[in-house]
Amino acid sequence: MCGLCGVLLSDHWAEQDGGRRGRALRVALLNRVLDHFGLRLDDWSGSVYVLRDRKGASAVVADMGSLWFEAERLACRKLDPLDPKLLAALA
Amino acid sequence: MKTPVTLVTGFLGSGKTTLISALLRHPDLGETAVIVNELGEVGIDHHLLRRVDERTVLMPSGCLCCTLRGDLADELRDLLSRRDRGEIPEFKRVVVETTGLADPAPILFTLLSEPVVRHHYELDGLVATVDAVHGLRHEESVKQAAIADTLVVTKADAADAAELEHRLARLNPAAEIVEASFGDVEPARLLGRPQRDPRDIRIEDGHGHDGIAACTLFLDEQLDWAAFGIWLTMLLQSRGGDILRVKGLLDAGGSGPVLLNGVQHIVHPPVHLDAWPDDDRRSRLVFIGRGIDPHALRRSLAVFNRL
Repeated sequence: MCGLCGVLLSDHWAEQDGGRRGRALRVALLNRVLDHFGLRLDDWSGSVYVLRDRKGASAVVADMGSLWFEAERLACRKLDPLDPKLLAALA
Repeated sequence: MKTPVTLVTGFLGSGKTTLISALLRHPDLGETAVIVNELGEVGIDHHLLRRVDERTVLMPSGCLCCTLRGDLADELRDLLSRRDRGEIPEFKRVVVETTGLADPAPILFTLLSEPVVRHHYELDGLVATVDAVHGLRHEESVKQAAIADTLVVTKADAADAAELEHRLARLNPAAEIVEASFGDVEPARLLGRPQRDPRDIRIEDGHGHDGIAACTLFLDEQLDWAAFGIWLTMLLQSRGGDILRVKGLLDAGGSGPVLLNGVQHIVHPPVHLDAWPDDDRRSRLVFIGRGIDPHALRRSLAVFNRL
């Protein structure tokens, strides 16, 4: 639990290592992927994330468990990590 | 210390209750609470038997595997408080018997996500019974077998189990296969985290059952853990319905490997092992599911690993 705002901190399996530095690195890597779909993720005081599209729509994301669900909702499409176009853009 | 929970699944009539009844008679399992969904024809004679009516709570994501089993969460919390108040005998283990048609994924989700439950209980293992006479008859029994940690081939006295066991080993190479007649199995083979080292898994690519097959990825380079987490969470969101099980032994740069274990969208907290079992430090990931292309997975993971 975050002592300042009372928000439950994530203990999602993909976020258990690295502390604040690890979280910042994760957000940077995620933005490389999300940029391909016109989305951007920002950390909000180390407790939750804010996901935005380029038209101003946004969603608060608690952890990595709900990130891709919200990203698909904002992007209005399936976000497939096997998509050759995505892989070409990331390579 | 958390109380271990063992989940016993299996199709109707495949011998779940017979197995549980036999286990409960074993002297090592005296302090066990049992939760069942239905009281079957074979009654379980046990002092800590609780029956619950399956009640699911759909989560906002609308995903079927990430569904909270409200009935089970209530019952597990109630067992804790009644044990603390001294109203029921001490218990050191819980066995949950599901209905034959139940999807085990929401039960795992409940154990890992409900705040009180996950702090007091941990999943010990997922056991699926498969009847040697009738085999894998239905889609549900194939799915249950595909995600189990241990497969108990029941009625092995009444039918030749060899062919079925061969098929099961191809369907779920990550599982231990145990034969049982009239529920006669040593509890240690089913309980106490019967995890098998994914290194031992032998894969025969291209085989499966009802379109479900297993494939293994071997990775020579060290995994970037942050990138891997991004890749796998994205993959399970987009294809979680088709990926029934993922299990891995991963080189994330530590002195030992990271053991990964997941069912559909639900991934257990990874376990950091102290040391590798041998000199081979290649990461390996086993996927069990429908329509999985190992080459596409390998290509994608390699790109994400260099983000």
